[in-house]
Amino acid sequence: MEIKLTVNAAMRSDEVEPRLLLIHYLRETLGLRAANVGCDTTSCGACTVLLDGESVKSCTVLAVQANGRSVTTAEGLVADDGTMSLVQQAFQENHGLQCGFCTPGMVMASTSLLAENPHPTEQEVREGLEGNFCRCTGYHNIVRSVLAAADKLSEGSGQTEAEVLGVDEAVAAIPDAGVPGAEVTA
Amino acid sequence: MIPAAFDYEVAESTAHAISLLAEHGEEAKLLAGGHSLLPMMKVRLAQPTLLIDIARLSELSGIRVEGDEVVIGATTRHAEVAESPLLKAEAPILAYAAGQVGDPQIRHRGTIGGSLAHADPSADLPMTLLALGGSVQITGPAGLRVVGADDFFVGPFESALGPDELLTEVRVPRGAGVRWGYQKFVRRANDWAIVGVAAYDGRVALASMGGTPLRAHATEEALKSGASIEEAATLAAEGTSPGQDFHADADYRAHLARVLTKRALQGQTG
Repeated sequence: MEIKLTVNAAMRSDEVEPRLLLIHYLRETLGLRAANVGCDTTSCGACTVLLDGESVKSCTVLAVQANGRSVTTAEGLVADDGTMSLVQQAFQENHGLQCGFCTPGMVMASTSLLAENPHPTEQEVREGLEGNFCRCTGYHNIVRSVLAAADKLSEGSGQTEAEVLGVDEAVAAIPDAGVPGAEVTA
Repeated sequence: MIPAAFDYEVAESTAHAISLLAEHGEEAKLLAGGHSLLPMMKVRLAQPTLLIDIARLSELSGIRVEGDEVVIGATTRHAEVAESPLLKAEAPILAYAAGQVGDPQIRHRGTIGGSLAHADPSADLPMTLLALGGSVQITGPAGLRVVGADDFFVGPFESALGPDELLTEVRVPRGAGVRWGYQKFVRRANDWAIVGVAAYDGRVALASMGGTPLRAHATEEALKSGASIEEAATLAAEGTSPGQDFHADADYRAHLARVLTKRALQGQTG
């Protein structure tokens, strides 16, 4: 069937099989390779992307379920001039990665976490990332990165937290997606 | 892993979903958050030929007070249940339990109705509905019926829901200030409970102690006749039939049921 959605703020329209998983749509159809397939069983979080601004595991979402909605991947957090998002920069500055495989998922889960709770405690960060595994066990610097991003977020810039984080909440109406409810979710 | 091929239809109303179920029979499955169904389809434990997407029906989502009950729409997601100010005030054990399901990503997708209909005996919400003495509203071709939690869970992954029916609402008693306790024993952060205990207003429910969530009737009776928490908790595993798996054998589960029941009852708040 045909799906219409925004991916990293760009309108997309594609013909997909109903059984196509969102992760495969992103990686294979669109060539967006930041989100990884790790466990493929909703456990590890390597495939985490934002769906209408909220973290989801894209190995357990059908592409057709994203019809009429907005999807953000780690690529989408980077501005057109190459500037990384606040969370991405915090991961870089605090060395919040080792091998890097879990990193895109960690960044997306952290972005969603901060959008929901801009001032988390360390414990809340650890619990908020319980759906993301780092098999290098590099959790300390990951948690440090998220707390550093939260500090920068609270410095304020006149933008909303979602804007600063690069969350595309554009639950935005995609009028002709043929999806009941798509127009009322804005 | 990729599911076997299927057709996909978006339900435009509850009635439309019911008519699609009637038309396609057991070959069709309802899709809400898909966080129980899609993993099963990926490993071919389920192979429906049609998925009926009900997640976009706003009429099935939301939380409201109705008389002395709180009514939660079936497609209300765990994150919404966990964060609901209304539920935190009126049924805090349910908000807490929803916050224990999986991890944040799973709670952004999974729904209360989906989790209950999946009827996993080790899951958080079936046990909690049983402790609360709540009920579910089921809609089918013949209309509405309400089934109490004590009758809804029939076997492992099996509920009273018929193949042509749709779980539409979850109802729990309003209970601001009622004492409750919750314990879940896991080895890894977002695992299913090796054993779970939910205590609410003298009712005690257990997860992973049999083919369905179970009431700890002997413990409840002991509490009613004035036994201490310590005495009552020693009876928690009576009448249960815990299984054996990679995580625990039956004796260990029985031990956990007693210990966690004591902790749940001692730690009650409300």
